[in-house]
Amino acid sequence: MTNTPILSVRDLVVEIPTRHGILRPVDQVSYDIHAGEILGVVGESGAGKSMTGNAVIGLLDPPARITSGEVLLQGELIHNVSRDKLRRLRGRHMGMIFQDPLTSLNPLLTVGEQLTETISEHLDVSQADAQKRAIAALEEVGIPAAAQRIDSYPHEFSGGMRQRVVIALALCAEPELVIADEPTTALDVSVQAQIVALLKRLCRERGVAVMLVTHDMGVIAEAADRVAVMYAGRLAELGPVREVITAAEHPYTSGLMASTPLASRGQKRLRQIPGSMPRLGALPTGCAFNPRCEFAQDRCRQDPSPRLDTCDGRAACWFPLTAKKESVA
Amino acid sequence: MSALISVRNLTRVFDVSKPWLNRVIERLPKSFLTAVSDVTFQIEENSVYALVGESGSGKSTIGKIVVGLVPPSDGAVEINGTDLATEKDDAKIEAVRADIQMIFQDPYASLNPRWRVRDIIAEPVAAKGGDTSGLAERLLEQVGLSAADASKYPHEFSGGQRQRICIARALASEPKIIVCDEPTSALDVSVQSQVLNLMSDLREEFGLTYLFISHDLTVVQHMADRIGVLYLGRLVEEAPRDALFETPKHPYTQMLFDAAPRMDAFGREVDPPKGEIPDAINPPTGCAFHPRCPIATDRCSAERPEMRQLGDTRVACHLAE
Repeated sequence: MTNTPILSVRDLVVEIPTRHGILRPVDQVSYDIHAGEILGVVGESGAGKSMTGNAVIGLLDPPARITSGEVLLQGELIHNVSRDKLRRLRGRHMGMIFQDPLTSLNPLLTVGEQLTETISEHLDVSQADAQKRAIAALEEVGIPAAAQRIDSYPHEFSGGMRQRVVIALALCAEPELVIADEPTTALDVSVQAQIVALLKRLCRERGVAVMLVTHDMGVIAEAADRVAVMYAGRLAELGPVREVITAAEHPYTSGLMASTPLASRGQKRLRQIPGSMPRLGALPTGCAFNPRCEFAQDRCRQDPSPRLDTCDGRAACWFPLTAKKESVA
Repeated sequence: MSALISVRNLTRVFDVSKPWLNRVIERLPKSFLTAVSDVTFQIEENSVYALVGESGSGKSTIGKIVVGLVPPSDGAVEINGTDLATEKDDAKIEAVRADIQMIFQDPYASLNPRWRVRDIIAEPVAAKGGDTSGLAERLLEQVGLSAADASKYPHEFSGGQRQRICIARALASEPKIIVCDEPTSALDVSVQSQVLNLMSDLREEFGLTYLFISHDLTVVQHMADRIGVLYLGRLVEEAPRDALFETPKHPYTQMLFDAAPRMDAFGREVDPPKGEIPDAINPPTGCAFHPRCPIATDRCSAERPEMRQLGDTRVACHLAE
């Protein structure tokens, strides 16, 4: 039982049919998240990070749909269940935290009403118990004077406090999996540090599996146990956070890390990756990264990048960087 | 006085009262928000001065006052010795205005979607009746786009490319100063590095002076020569870059540095900062930071600290040393 991951995604493919052909914003993505683990998902905009999260939780907007692959929650298939079943799974077994805390709360209901509604929908408790649990949930996420604040409306909270309410809402029915999509992007640095510390504490104390989608490498480095790097809908690299950041195997990961101002401290110019990410409708043949890759060879331009699970290292790359260094040495 | 921009005791107050009828019916007093309070600093020619702070710290308001989009309530901004808000000589105002341009945060909102790129870039010159032939094409190549892009519309470009167009437009009137308000916050990391490198190159090529406004400490550390840290509209610390990052003196600066995520801090257990930024309409008495400050004393809640010179650093804190 302990070895079954909370979330297991196998060869997930999401397609969007358009007039100009079928786009694949998520292409053969596979990963597991275990209990008490934070998996960071990084990539630039349009890399498919949020789309992967939405596919897992069943919130894809049509015409986007899962065309192949599997999503397993505690060993059970959930990508093809009925909408009704999915509705019961969401909240109870999967919580979601979005980027903008103002749009993910109902402005016409007090936070207490929103919390008790979620609790009594998913757990078999009395109204009074639901109220108690709602206050406990607000206290747990660090909202001062929770018993009084429970009757406040979302607009009466500051941005950071609102994001805490959203986290309380995601966790109040005690789900095993939480998907946090850019939870700190709209927040200030000092509040961001508070929210990241909160997520880490909840993950550790409750053994929740967290999928943390963000574009901030610093947040990933501090919070995540493992990190998945996405590029043009595919996983470029997946591995323990320390190794991916300090010794990236995929040239894209390495370029991404080097182009942050932190990494080139003291240098006059930042390292930059030339060009920008290709549009989904105009992906190059071979590895999607090959036109921007300084190490690209003929094979990269002809054959699609190797599948992560079949290659030796962490990176979906024909010529991973560490292998190159070894052969030189 | 070799300072190109001199900001003295700058204050800006916004009236945020309810409409007068509500005030009468609900018996509410007028309320005011002090966005910028008594800020003084100077920017040397051909340097990069950065203002950092969290939301509501007044950094964008200062930027807008410096370019003349918002008039100050009190204090003055002098550019090359000319104060835009009080200067009477129109010719002088025109000359100073041409010397200062701005780059905004959101490259999607700051380009007119119905104009061709050529017209957008040439506008600062065309508005004054200057010669614009070939100008847009030349500038596009300077910012790393191609001359053929001049006849396209903004929607045909990605976020990073749009920001390059904004930079090209800012360069059109051959300014001395560019005010950059969060120029890379809307961009991805790899595109951000391209834009920052471009800005460094242009600075050297044209001898530009930047007022660089950002909330991102890592970007500021890379770009700035001198940094001012703002908290609730007040300048709390100002120092050359290396002095600030090596020995931050103000407790707020220290808190900000500790809270910033670091790429080498795997699984770091930080003690996150306490509390939040207070309401700017009713700021705390004395030092605005004292409710969150770990070393605050009684004096901090009673008396607003003056700016003090400590080595290269200016700091507004009773206890800093």
